[in-house]
Amino acid sequence: MSELLLVDRRWIERGVERSSTKRFVLWLAPWFAMLALGIYAAGLCLYYGLNQTNMDNRFAFGMWIFLDLAIIAMGAGAFFTGFLVYILKQADLKPILNSAVVLGFICYSGAVAVLMVDVGQPLRAWFTFWYPNTHSMLTEVTFCITCYLCVLILEYIPVLLRNRQLRKVPSFLVFEHQLHKLVPVLAGVGAFLSFFHQGSLGGLYGVLRGRPFVYRQGFAIWPSTFFLFILSAIAVGPSFLILVTATAEKLTGQKLVQPGVLRKLGLISGILLAAYVAAKAVDTLVWLNITSPSLGFGPRDFYSYWPLSSTFLFAATVPLGLFPALLLIMPKTAGKRGWLILGASLACAGVLLNRFVFTVQTLALPTLPFDDFLQYFPSWQEVATFGGVIAYGVLVYSLSYRYLPLFNPPKGADTNVSVD
Amino acid sequence: MSARYGMVIDLDRCTGCGSCMVACAAENNVPPAAPRATTRTGLTPMLVHKVSNGAEGAAKREVFIPVTCMHCANETPCVSVCPQQAVEVDKATGIVMQMPQRCLGCRYCMVACPYHARYFNWWDPAWPAGMEKSLNPGVAVRMRGVVEKCNLCHARLHSAMEKAAAAGKKEIDLADYVPACVEACPTGAILFGNLADKDDAIYSAAHSPDAFRLLARLGTEPKVYYKSGQAWVKGLAERDSEHAKESKHV
Repeated sequence: MSELLLVDRRWIERGVERSSTKRFVLWLAPWFAMLALGIYAAGLCLYYGLNQTNMDNRFAFGMWIFLDLAIIAMGAGAFFTGFLVYILKQADLKPILNSAVVLGFICYSGAVAVLMVDVGQPLRAWFTFWYPNTHSMLTEVTFCITCYLCVLILEYIPVLLRNRQLRKVPSFLVFEHQLHKLVPVLAGVGAFLSFFHQGSLGGLYGVLRGRPFVYRQGFAIWPSTFFLFILSAIAVGPSFLILVTATAEKLTGQKLVQPGVLRKLGLISGILLAAYVAAKAVDTLVWLNITSPSLGFGPRDFYSYWPLSSTFLFAATVPLGLFPALLLIMPKTAGKRGWLILGASLACAGVLLNRFVFTVQTLALPTLPFDDFLQYFPSWQEVATFGGVIAYGVLVYSLSYRYLPLFNPPKGADTNVSVD
Repeated sequence: MSARYGMVIDLDRCTGCGSCMVACAAENNVPPAAPRATTRTGLTPMLVHKVSNGAEGAAKREVFIPVTCMHCANETPCVSVCPQQAVEVDKATGIVMQMPQRCLGCRYCMVACPYHARYFNWWDPAWPAGMEKSLNPGVAVRMRGVVEKCNLCHARLHSAMEKAAAAGKKEIDLADYVPACVEACPTGAILFGNLADKDDAIYSAAHSPDAFRLLARLGTEPKVYYKSGQAWVKGLAERDSEHAKESKHV
């Protein structure tokens, strides 16, 4: 036991305060258990097939697609912060950048892992690269997510190699130094890829002519949802960063970043959220009055089924859209930590609700005139796999926080090393 | 000359007996339902819906509507979405083809299809001992984890093409190509043919005043037409009927 304590201490950066090894292990234990259950459930789905889920021919997408869309939107903080720091030169956001990269890595790797379980023939995943259908939004999503995950891995490695023990290895230092030179380029590439696939996730639904609830007209080959998903993702990404940082500060009892950083993230999030709500309102009006009537569907076809009624549309637009945008923008509220966190939480909840509506409500609604409104409840295997991804995220972030310079680089070290 | 194979289903003749579903399953090597399968996880490339006008007593009317792949001709919803070109429209026949060997099982095409005519193989295909001898050798069995759908009995089309080739002809004789559901229907409710051929009986049937298509306003140009002399049934097509409130599968 004493050896374990010693090893643990050796890997923690000098001069930083971390909880005791025992406390840390106790914190990790339930998350490891949750991850183990998730891996077991995912294993059942891979071995026995997707009959282990409660998806069916009508609810062909379920909880996992919601998870993918949700965590990828939350992970937008990674590419967007990189974009702000390196492209728009917002240097004051640098202290949060490493944390954003780790969060992005968690979200994207988690999403890819779940996608591998979610397809019926995971071993054929390479077919998409070998026989790509360039007209499919899913091809665009697959290419961009795969490439961006590689970018995130390359961005994560320099952070990883800043560990106290790892940086003692000379070749690691050289490698980190060389990678470090690439980071601004990676941030640019990552921003491009991520902008595109956040959009193509929206396009995934917007192109579905056979689903008038989500079908949208747009610009050139892109439906309006392409642009709305980009806007909502970059609006909520900074909010998610605020939430994670505030949670980490609460759990560790340490002040990790200056309040000004969170305040600035909140302002960016609020302005983008307000723009998103305005764009979404216009889009909804065009859709309800022009697009869907031209396909033979009206508002009654979409909003007369409890509980997935127009309440969701209102909730995502006003209490979880406009209201948090105002909270994050107005100096009076945004200057107070409680209001800032509330605003960020509501913003995240709004985008989660939006993704839920796109993934679940779309499939619940009937299209054929003699069809039924459908219900779907995920199986325990789906829930456990979902939980496994959450646990994986908490574990990676916890381990990264303990052993890597996420917020507070070592004293005396060049604080810009891992982010410049 | 390229063909546009399609169907006209006379709903006033359909008795809902389900012969078309059984014939489809037998012809295409659809395995018996797995023990845990439900109406929403089974494989029914042809599915008959029972639809009521919602009235009670003497005013009550019911109709059976067989639904299969509509082989949409315009902006075919399932084709453009497939990430790895496992779905395509055969230009020579107009048939929307599914290649299970290339299917990833992502099910995006199922989400895209407004007719819900695509089915996922949730289980490994299995037949009771001895029953495998009844399998159709012309049709490949699909594995677990891939999507399948009606392909207008493509094996029968191949047989007709082989017969035509053996006779030195370029075009098939349509009498040699009859999908299993059409053949099995005891009331002759399903008319099959080439919609592009004005001399074919299906052409006039598809253009009769009683003919309609489901969800025609989506603009996907389905090649399966329906026919009924009952106004409330025809009203279903454009979702302007208030009568069709109850439905269940046969």
